[in-house]
Amino acid sequence: MRVVPIRVKVLYFGQAREAAGRAEEDFSLPGAPSVLTLVSRSMKAHQELRRMSSVMRFAVNEEIAGDDDRLADGDVVAFLPPVAGG
Amino acid sequence: MPSRKAARLTREVIDPAEIVRSVGEAGAGAVALFLGTVRDNSEAGRVLRIEYEAYEPMAEKRLAEAERDVRRRWPATTGVKIMHRLGSLGVGEVSVAVAVSSPHRAEAFEACRHAIETIKHEVPIWKREKLGDGSEVWVEGVSVGAGALGRGAGQRSGATKRNRLPS
Repeated sequence: MRVVPIRVKVLYFGQAREAAGRAEEDFSLPGAPSVLTLVSRSMKAHQELRRMSSVMRFAVNEEIAGDDDRLADGDVVAFLPPVAGG
Repeated sequence: MPSRKAARLTREVIDPAEIVRSVGEAGAGAVALFLGTVRDNSEAGRVLRIEYEAYEPMAEKRLAEAERDVRRRWPATTGVKIMHRLGSLGVGEVSVAVAVSSPHRAEAFEACRHAIETIKHEVPIWKREKLGDGSEVWVEGVSVGAGALGRGAGQRSGATKRNRLPS
């Protein structure tokens, strides 16, 4: 049985957008990857994101997600640097 | 025609009088209004402008949650309005407004304070200062979710870190 890859869209905001050099990007990953798996893939491609890794939070489909949450085809994952509204 | 939504983002100038009117109720004896404005200085230096951006659909959801949170915690509240501005703002412009009306002043003040603290901790909004020396810095706040929604209103200092952008 072959593992069907899923596609997820990643959105980068604020400093993460500058570090990644883009506002969004599509990733194709095998199986049902965790948020952490996706984040590692992204950070491998964009080394500059690593220095923010301890303070970054992630949202899946506009809700805050945990590192171990599983992703499904078509999910939208947002990289959220520390927020500064007000 | 101004939106009837109780909590939202806007790219238009925020009119404090209109916000106050929107929470007006015959049963309210108090309206507390908080305005956040662009300051001309920060730890980074002289500030000329601040640029605000958001993950807009998520930010609007979180603002709406902040409004519901206020109504849940202070059921006597008669009106709540929250607006946050996006785009490039000059010194003195209003970046955020929270108005709460209630029968008495104590809960109006508390609820208003709670709402602004929640907004600062829970809503995916970012800002970048344009400084007098020509440089720009991201204002580094708090990791989202570390704050008040679903918990007690956290007290925190106004001090925030800044990361100087590579030029």
